[in-house]
Amino acid sequence: MTLRTTLFLVITVLANSSGEIAVTRAMKDIGEVKDFKLAALLTVFKRAFRSGWMRLAIGLLAVGFFSLLALLSWADVSFVIPATASTYVVGGLGAKFLLGERLSPARWAGIVLVSVGVALVCTG
Amino acid sequence: MVFGLRLKTYIFLVLIVVFSSSGNILLSQGMKEIGAVHVKSAMDLLRLLVRIFSSGWIWMGIAALLLFLACFMVVLSWADYSFISPASASSYVVVPLVGHFLLGEKVSPLHWVGIMIICVGVGLVRHTAPSTTREE
Repeated sequence: MTLRTTLFLVITVLANSSGEIAVTRAMKDIGEVKDFKLAALLTVFKRAFRSGWMRLAIGLLAVGFFSLLALLSWADVSFVIPATASTYVVGGLGAKFLLGERLSPARWAGIVLVSVGVALVCTG
Repeated sequence: MVFGLRLKTYIFLVLIVVFSSSGNILLSQGMKEIGAVHVKSAMDLLRLLVRIFSSGWIWMGIAALLLFLACFMVVLSWADYSFISPASASSYVVVPLVGHFLLGEKVSPLHWVGIMIICVGVGLVRHTAPSTTREE
């Protein structure tokens, strides 16, 4: 694995997991959605897309998307796609340290298994 | 409408898996119809974009992925990210199973092992509390 591939893989995984964590931050700021009528939901989305966290999220997810595209243009797909499954573990760490979620041993075990399983399903 | 936390989380998880799986299946169906792409000039790229965005499959795929994003956002307004993210990996199980049983695609032994490991992982995550930061 070249240095360039490693670098873009790290960028892809970090940008995607931190992007989703920023989405979570935006939605936690808005608070629990309790009214599921269309008009109420549209108000929630309008508020979400105006928030700084959501804009950061869109930026990060775009970086993740384009860095994956770049990666796929030169790197070995059968290695790169499975390796991105590590996003689940990185996302778990982000949830613990950035969002203050309490991850029990059972949840960690589940996250690691999902990560391994997704990597296997994504092999060529 | 008042739902229990776990029930409404499960309902949204099912929607997330349905919309993300169908979105990806629709997009890949659309791109298969367009076929292999060789872009050599800006004109080629423009022609490709016109073909992509005039495909019904692609628009249905985009609609499904927008619905996925909406459900993902709504559920994260109360549930843990570390619950939703691994639990929604069920779509990695649904897509190959749909491919296998409805479209006759072959699933390799290694992929079957992966599918089983994901199911065990999702099962473990599902038994934890959907929200650990919520104030009652």
